[in-house]
This record gives sequence, structure tokens and C-alpha cells, in this order.
Amino acid sequence: MNILESLGKLVQESGFAMMFTGDGWKNLVMIIIACVLLYLGIKKQYEPLLMVGIAMGCLLANVSALGGFSEALYHQELWDEFLTEGGAHYHSYGYILANGGLIDILYMGVKAGLYPCLIFIGIGAMTDFGPLISNPKSLLLGAAAQFGVFFAFFGATLLGFNGNEAASIGIIGGADGPTAILTTTKLAPHLLGPIAVAAYSYMALIPMIQPPLMKALTTKEERSVKMEQLRVVSKTEKILFPIIVTIFVVLLLPSTAPLIGCLMFGNLLKESGVTERLSDVAQNALMNIVTLFLGISVGATMVGSNFLSLQTIYIVVLGLIAFSFSTIGGLLVGKLMYKLSGGKINPLIGSAGVSAVPMAARVSQKVGQQENPSNFLLMHAMGPNVAGVIGSAIAAGFLMSVFGG
Amino acid sequence: MEVKGEMLSTGVALVNAVLGYAVVFIGLALLMTLIIIVGKIMVARTKKSIDKAAATLAATASPAAQSVQAAAPQAEKKLAPGSAGEVKLYDTDPRDAALIMAIVADKLQKPLNELRFVSIKEVK
Repeated sequence: MNILESLGKLVQESGFAMMFTGDGWKNLVMIIIACVLLYLGIKKQYEPLLMVGIAMGCLLANVSALGGFSEALYHQELWDEFLTEGGAHYHSYGYILANGGLIDILYMGVKAGLYPCLIFIGIGAMTDFGPLISNPKSLLLGAAAQFGVFFAFFGATLLGFNGNEAASIGIIGGADGPTAILTTTKLAPHLLGPIAVAAYSYMALIPMIQPPLMKALTTKEERSVKMEQLRVVSKTEKILFPIIVTIFVVLLLPSTAPLIGCLMFGNLLKESGVTERLSDVAQNALMNIVTLFLGISVGATMVGSNFLSLQTIYIVVLGLIAFSFSTIGGLLVGKLMYKLSGGKINPLIGSAGVSAVPMAARVSQKVGQQENPSNFLLMHAMGPNVAGVIGSAIAAGFLMSVFGG
Repeated sequence: MEVKGEMLSTGVALVNAVLGYAVVFIGLALLMTLIIIVGKIMVARTKKSIDKAAATLAATASPAAQSVQAAAPQAEKKLAPGSAGEVKLYDTDPRDAALIMAIVADKLQKPLNELRFVSIKEVK
């Protein structure tokens, strides 16, 4: 082989040449989308901790795919075989380990539902349920703000998605990334990429999505309500809370065990006062490591053949509807509580029932202060906010129980 | 890729949506009731332990001190607004009393302004 033949072979086998042959253009489009997501994550700081990972995962999967099967870091084909019921490699992790690339191996943690649960341990260890314990009525706002989940679920079925797909799309309205990822992995793994991107994008856009709805649905008088100071919660109550929630919720809906169990385990590490080292690891090291793996492996599922479809556009639109209607649900029940309490509850805390912690609570605080600069709603809004985490886990548990088969 | 799941009719989808929302609502409403009950028990227990501590303190005051207290004319001092009253100190200097009150508040996990100290006496 002379030098020209060698160079020619090198050019023909390069990713640049593959971009313009067969379905290579799809990878090219995905590379552009990955760059846009990187821009949003880095420049606009849209949930950067996950968005940068997701974008890089998408970029790596699509760039490496252009190098051919043996060079790819993520192989959609292997995972298709993994999911084909009755096939030779159905649910065979050994087959993935033997033939997969780096991201295939990392993706096994998503597939097994490991990463979302580990993240929930970290979230639990970082969450103070004190505002919820001192004002348990917040739980009703957390429940009300799951309206968007079921509204979008219904809307998705009308658009032609099957039950499993509709349930995975609806859970975007829970505004909880790990819950959305776990539910989608269990029910509609082929939609994981667009659902994860939609969920995290809208969570980042909460300060833009919620305020117009909050102002449209509440009066100036309602927004100006100053709420009474919360009672101090004892240490014993804080320790009992995760134990009671685990026993009660898991007995009520066993399918919530992975999410609620891990969330409450993390919280118990924090509140027990005897596992400070473990709590510290859960909040920092574990959370960071898992976020890293989760982002890159979820991003890798955004391969052209799956992502570039009309379904993705529907998911993006339905995700926005889910978020908006969750906010509306929380606000309407907040207004009802305002009426029933004789004007003691500020309905703005209802919108914090979507579980994006603490972003949604901060939005309630900000909108409340625009009407009355001396009003501090943050701690009051944290109650519905953390209630939303439990609410979205219960909603996911219900959907997994009904459609998980 | 094999796509899991079956198509739902509009009616079935609507029933599932309403049922799901109801399950979330009822589940969290029951949890709310449970937390309210536990909260009430905890508040009642804390109140009881405070009352008990106050009663013990009153009972341990010496008869002599009690008689002195009974004989002494009740000074009609004007209290500061929002004050829960005046702490009677027997053989205790104000600095020690402040320390004791802070320790009791810490042990009971209650803010100092929610506790009422009747008297503090040094047991010799």
C-alpha cells in the first residue's frame, strides 16, 4: 500500500467523510444540537451541572458514532437488542459489558435505575423538611402542583403516544429530573433523551415560565399577603419525619420505594445527627459523581435516529404544557387555601409545589417581594416545594405501577 | 427498538389521569393528617415537660424562702412589653441564671422566648 492509498483510506474512514454518507447527516445535526445545549448550559447557565454533561454525552455519542461501530462510545443497537423481549440478549448486561463502549457501561447505571436513586439520597441529605413539618398543609399544594403531570399525560395520549410514553412525558410536569429519568427508563426508554432534555431545560426556565402565570392568576391583594411565622420544629420531629413518610408512602404505593426510600434515607442521614460523615458524602461527593455519570450517559441516548423525529417536538411542547399546568394547579389550590384561611395564606406559595427545589420557592419569594418588599415568603414556599418532591415521586409511582406491567 | 405499551382510548386515558391525580392528592392528604397528629403529640409532650420542670422547681424551693416570699410585699413593678414575667432568683446571681436558662432552652430544643422561668434556686 503506497502513501496515497493510505491517506485515501484514512480520509474515507474519517468521521468527516462519514458525516455525508448514509444517516451521517443525522449525527451532524445532533452535534449542532449538542453545541447549542453546551451554549445554554455554559453561557446561559441552564441547569449547568446536568446540562453540560448531557450536551457532552450527546456530542461524544454522535461524534464517536461517525467512526463506525467499533469506535462508538455508545451503541443504540446494543440497547435495542437488550430491550427486545425474547431476543438472545434480552436484559443481558454481560452482552453490553462485552461489546459496549465507555458510555454504554456508564449507561447501565441509568438502565438499572441506580443513578436517579443515588441522586435522591443526595437530595434528601440536602433538604430541610422543617417548613413542611411546621405547616403540613403545604402537602396539599405539593399534590395540587402535580396537575400538569396528568394533564400532559392525557394530552399525550390524544397526540397518539401510547400509555407508557404518555406517562413518561407527563412526569416532566413533576419538575423533577431524576424522577423523570427513572420513570422514562422503566416505561419508555426510547424517549429518554428528549424527555431528560425537556425536563432539565424547563426546570432552568422556571423563572421565566412561572411569573406570568402567577401574576395572571392572582390579585395584587393576594400576592401581598404576609404569612405568620412558622413554628419551630423539634429535632425529634425531624428524625421521625423520614421514617414516617417511608413507612406510610411505600406501604400506600410500593412502586415509590426506590425514590421515596432513597430520598428519606438521605434525609435521615442529615437529621439523625449521628451520621454526619455519610450525610456529607451524600450531599457532595456522591451527588457530584452520580450527576457526572447521569448527565453524560443520558446525553448519549440523544442519537439522531431516536431524537430527530416529530415525537421530540411533541415532547418539548407537552413538557411546557405540563410545567405550566402544574404551576396553575398549585396556584389554584393556593387561592382556595387563601379563601378558606381568611386571607392568611399567600397563594403564590402554591406555584412552588412543582418540585424544582429551591428554584420554584425562590420565584414565589421574588414575585411576592415585587408586590410587598417587606414580605418574606421563601420559608413558607419551601414547604410546598419539598412537598412537590414527595408528590412527584408518588405520581411517578402511580404511573409506574399502572403502566410498568 | 421494541416500543413497550399499548394505545389508550380517550376515556381510559381520562380515567387514569383523574385517578392518578386523586391518588396523589389522597396520599398526601393522609400524610398531612399523620404529620399533624405527630406534631400535636410532640408539642403536647414538650409543653408537659416544661410544666413538669416548672413544678419541680417550685416544689424544691425551701419553706423558708417560700415564707419569706409570702410575707414580702408584692412589688408592683412594671414589666417590659412582651415580657412573660419576672424570674425569682434565690442564692443565684443573674449571670448563672442566664446560663441555666440558655441550657434548659437548648436541652428542650425550644427558643428561649417560648419558655417561662418562674424561679431559680441554688440547692445547697
